[in-house]
Amino acid sequence: MKTEIRELTCINCPLGCTVTVELHDGEPVKVTGNTCVRGEIYAKKEVTHPTRVVTSTIRVKGGAHPVVAVKTRTDVPKETIFRCMEAINALTVEAPVSIGDVLMEDICGTGVELVATQNCPKT
Amino acid sequence: MKQADIVIIGGGPAGLAAAVSAYDAGNRNILIIERDEQLGGILNQCIHNGFGLHTFKEELTGPEYAARFIKQVEEREIPCVLGSMVLDISPEKVITYTSSTEGLVQVQAKAVILAMGCRERPRGALNIPGYRPAGIFSAGTAQRLVNIEGYMPGREVVILGSGDIGLIMARRMTLEGAKVKVVAELMPYSGGLKRNIVQCLDDFGIPLKLRHTVVNIHGKERLTGVTLAEVDSHGKPIPGTEEEYSCDTLLLSCGLIPENELSRNAGVEMAPVTNGPSVNESLETNLEGVFACGNVLHVHDLVDYVSQEAAIAGRNAVAFVNGQLKHHGAGIPVSVSGGVRYTVPRTIDPENMDDTLTVRFRVGAVYQNAYIDVYFDDKRVSHIKRPVLAPGEMEKVVLRKSDLLGQNIQNIKVEVTQG
Ligand SMILES: Cc1cc2nc3c(=O)[nH]c(=O)nc-3n(C[C@H](O)[C@H](O)[C@H](O)COP(=O)(O)OP(=O)(O)OC[C@H]3O[C@@H](n4cnc5c(N)ncnc54)[C@H](O)[C@@H]3O)c2cc1C
Ligand code: SF4
Repeated sequence: MKTEIRELTCINCPLGCTVTVELHDGEPVKVTGNTCVRGEIYAKKEVTHPTRVVTSTIRVKGGAHPVVAVKTRTDVPKETIFRCMEAINALTVEAPVSIGDVLMEDICGTGVELVATQNCPKT
Repeated sequence: MKQADIVIIGGGPAGLAAAVSAYDAGNRNILIIERDEQLGGILNQCIHNGFGLHTFKEELTGPEYAARFIKQVEEREIPCVLGSMVLDISPEKVITYTSSTEGLVQVQAKAVILAMGCRERPRGALNIPGYRPAGIFSAGTAQRLVNIEGYMPGREVVILGSGDIGLIMARRMTLEGAKVKVVAELMPYSGGLKRNIVQCLDDFGIPLKLRHTVVNIHGKERLTGVTLAEVDSHGKPIPGTEEEYSCDTLLLSCGLIPENELSRNAGVEMAPVTNGPSVNESLETNLEGVFACGNVLHVHDLVDYVSQEAAIAGRNAVAFVNGQLKHHGAGIPVSVSGGVRYTVPRTIDPENMDDTLTVRFRVGAVYQNAYIDVYFDDKRVSHIKRPVLAPGEMEKVVLRKSDLLGQNIQNIKVEVTQG
């Protein structure tokens, strides 16, 4: 059995705990240093299949602002980030947009929704 | 003249949380004055996630976090005037503001809460002679351009300064298709949060060059490149270490300073290190009934702490209006030593404390395996070991009222020492 120790910074909140993961043959078996359970979940994912929440803006037609902020509702695989950005940049929506509106049901086959994180009233 | 019990200047997260807590403490005569056309302050342009995990147990983006508080203000029907810029606060608490709809207005307040936030440090950091071609922006300006105006300021980017906004913008511009070539930081450590180095730079392979600065700018009309050089321990460029980078955009992320022109003109005393008002345990300034919270008081990196601090200011403003906030002399001074640069508050009157009081501070350098010590006069009352302390992260100690009340303590000292 191959044992490996990896040190990570939990990115889930600004406390940025230093989290240590012990891997046996590439499988995380023990996580220490995290302040809350999110740190453990993050560390296990980060050493196996890292994910991120993507935040950006999309163009709005007829809105009080030219763009409205969006996010993937949950984290998506890290390697899909740039494909998600292409899909986001290809999209234009009509005002009004309200916080929580689902703008895409399944972004790039990740099964994750793209939602508005800002209100954009009509002009 | 208009009248209000509590006038809150600024409708960012600090002003909003102060308003909600003042209302919940029983006051029904509050007015929020905001210069922008919308509430929410700087959070409106911070579209990335990572806000509010500790307040809402959910990871929100900046606008979502702001929306939660705006909703609370709306539910309580707390009056706000938008598009209204405060021009003056008199020592008698007469507030003068100008708005496009009302013109010049004066309000007599019983208590005032300063919540004007902060602004970016000017270009002083870019201490180089010569042209200033187009393409040089502060990181916050670039953030507004991209996230609010939907306009990308450039395609090839160098960032000077590793504050959080610079790091966040490195990722943001990368996602929008720009090539961020390097982030240069004058200091031997980053001023930003570690999580932002991981998720904004490391994720995209953007190099962070510590102890580096921009020594030359190229281009006349539009920026065409910059020269970076390594600096010595005095921050002086080391000859022979120059490296050229071609770029059309230079972002400056050189830190934030509290926005206190109004406070100064009103006669509010400033604390030397924070550039914010000097406050007591109730977050009250030297002017009785004038309180401060959020980034106008000291620069925060975590909006959750802003909301917590502002709630305290809101409650104490109500106590003041109700005549319940008694002043018993100067309070116990809080002094700093070792690596501690400042504390908020700077004086403590135990009689006015809640059961516990959070004293926030920052350190001046990176410490490993250090101790945070608290002394009441010469007696050490707490000794907490911390694996890492860094200037980018705000720290705290919590004091108990029962430990301070009636003890005739002359001085409280917060100290960081190497283990
Ligand atoms: C550019 C920038 C980017 C940031 N990015 C992040 C980040 O990514 N993550 C994070 O956790 N924190 C970030 N912060 C810090 C965080 O957003 C702040 O801690 C928080 O928003 C501070 O809240 P505040 O209410 O004190 O200030 P602000 O949000 O700045 O609100 C102050 C309000 O006061 C108003 N105001 C000022 N002067 C007047 C006047 N004279 N009359 C009327 N109104 C006035 C302003 O218009 C503004 O709405 C950032 C700060 C800045 C400046
Ligand atoms: S472990 Fe919990 S507290 Fe620590 S950084 Fe992660 S989310 Fe924040």
